[in-house]
Amino acid sequence: MAVLVDKNTRLLVQGITGSAGTFHTRQCRAYGTNVVAGVVPGKGGSTFDDGVPIFDTVRDAVAATGANASMIFVPPPFAADAIVEAADAHVPLAVCITEGIPVADMVRAMVALAGSGTRLIGPNCPGIITPGQCKIGIMPGHIHKPGHVGVVSRSGTLTYEAVGQLTALGVGQSTCIGIGGDPVKGTDFLDALALFEADPDTHAVILIGEIGGSAEEAAASWIAAHMSKPVAAFIAGITAPPGRRMGHAGAIISGSSGSSQSKIEAFRRNGVAVAPTPGDMASTLLSVWSA
Amino acid sequence: MKIHEYQGKSLFRQFGIPTVEGHVAFSVHEALDAARQLPGPLWVVKAQIHAGGRGKGGGVKLARSLDEVKQHAAAILGMQLITRQTGPGGQKVRRLYVENGCAIAREMYLGMLLDRDRGRIVVMASTEGGVNIEEVARDTPDLIHKVWIDPAVGLQAFQSRQLAFALRLTGKQVGQFGKLLAGLYRMYIDKDCSLLEVNPLVVTTDDQVLALDAKVNFDDNAIYRQPDVLAMRDLDEEDPKEIEAGKFELNYIQLEGNVGCLVNGAGLAMATMDILKYYGGEPANFLDVGGGATAEKVTAAFKIILSDPSVHAIFVNIFGGIMKCDTIATGVVQAAREVGLDRPLVVRLEGTNVELGRQLLAESGLPIVSALDMKDGAQKAVAAARAHAAHAAHAGAPAAAHA
Repeated sequence: MAVLVDKNTRLLVQGITGSAGTFHTRQCRAYGTNVVAGVVPGKGGSTFDDGVPIFDTVRDAVAATGANASMIFVPPPFAADAIVEAADAHVPLAVCITEGIPVADMVRAMVALAGSGTRLIGPNCPGIITPGQCKIGIMPGHIHKPGHVGVVSRSGTLTYEAVGQLTALGVGQSTCIGIGGDPVKGTDFLDALALFEADPDTHAVILIGEIGGSAEEAAASWIAAHMSKPVAAFIAGITAPPGRRMGHAGAIISGSSGSSQSKIEAFRRNGVAVAPTPGDMASTLLSVWSA
Repeated sequence: MKIHEYQGKSLFRQFGIPTVEGHVAFSVHEALDAARQLPGPLWVVKAQIHAGGRGKGGGVKLARSLDEVKQHAAAILGMQLITRQTGPGGQKVRRLYVENGCAIAREMYLGMLLDRDRGRIVVMASTEGGVNIEEVARDTPDLIHKVWIDPAVGLQAFQSRQLAFALRLTGKQVGQFGKLLAGLYRMYIDKDCSLLEVNPLVVTTDDQVLALDAKVNFDDNAIYRQPDVLAMRDLDEEDPKEIEAGKFELNYIQLEGNVGCLVNGAGLAMATMDILKYYGGEPANFLDVGGGATAEKVTAAFKIILSDPSVHAIFVNIFGGIMKCDTIATGVVQAAREVGLDRPLVVRLEGTNVELGRQLLAESGLPIVSALDMKDGAQKAVAAARAHAAHAAHAGAPAAAHA
């Protein structure tokens, strides 16, 4: 058991022939992910590497291969369209890695996604991995280890940092979900926490947030009300100056909202252990939970 | 991206949003010319910088004669304007906006931005205009009225009326407000804005609803399809190091500390700043070299960090996923050789090709302090910065003198 992806996942890749799409599709396959199709408009009928069929549309790819998840590497101007195309073809899970999608495009895409039955992860995210079973995204596979800690994060490299710390201590992960650094996105902290809470294979959770928005505050309240499993959190950006976009489009303190102090206080108030530094994420979890 | 008030108002006019007539001026002479083209007998001379709170800082002055226009223009042009948004150093004023004065009956607030929780544009209006809206939101949130726009149908007329009546507008003001708000929403969508703020929105004594200020920000992700907007960029308002970093697609933000940071990934870059602070240091910058950085980009990043004289040590913190550790190591060695490494360098490498990266650093013969992990690296960098600053002070020379 794990959440969202496992050895039964049949992946199609939108934008499989671009440089990032090609590189990371190969990495995913090397990890063991079952890549069944690629989609590149105009290149239908050709193949990728040793025979992964390429289709013109997501509908064609799903009809021919039974793909049940999509990894999107389409460039920013066309990425929102690619997300909506995945939903139109009833792909249950769309993982959008693309960074830099205009906010207005995502606002409209989310309207199209509502009620579609497609779950979106991202955009602007590292993807999702169930160690030993399925990797969809750009995370380095080798740092992971199968186990029972769920990880959910707005930041890619901080997820690697947390996973690296866990693995170094001999603690494995059930599933790691990078929800991405954009202000308008699919799966959020609450969705991921609910999945982890319902998953018998996940025994504890690390949540990694950052400045901007109020998703961490909402997660803190949700954990207090609904979560039976131990959670440790880290919030990046205590030194971030207000009004500046810190790399991620969503990482910005606007006036009095979105500061790390408010998020850290919300977690502490709701009984969630907060790591004092990013070097203490795994050890903070282990201080409230025995692996 | 941000633009000046006068540029925002030219966009307002394009979208039929009523505002006051005015002209931009780059000199006292031009300011006088601008005033002469306006009817008077009341003018407003406004500093054009990308920060709010200009009035309180002395950057907005009323003039009752052309002589006063001249005096105010001369005083404001070239001044270091300090506001709550500029930082203690202030921002130099290079442009003025001279506009016609108007007789204000009432000041209100109107803003439009993304509500992240709902994934929709929210319009905020308040009877409390001309003041710091953050304070209103904190102290009297009931005085801020909101409507959310469904992107499928756009702004609806009833929503404009809801806000108009909440603002206690009456008679023909209600219709004027509706037109103004419809124009603002069209502009927000057509120009890929990320923030539109009119503070104050005013009712004049002759019953006109006007946008008296214009704060306009744009979605950086959408600038590629807004060439007209990009043409309004004012590089004088940006930090030269940030402009240089932008040329190499590096995410760099100048801060005021003593430890320079070079990191891959935005989250890790922020967290690196935090951990330096935790161990008693101060980050000199935020720098995310990104996932696909080349040795050339790393070299450029390194040079930008070294060009900051307040940097007394550098902390390279890499968790290589896509980014390979040997690429980082190559860039660091290349940069150190090119510009000369005159300050302590602490490097923490982890992830893809880490052994190869460590080997390249060791073989370079450069005096690089290697760190076991992030905590170890941060502590070493803070200590090294302290020691170097003390040494530089003792030698009576700033760090840059060694460069």
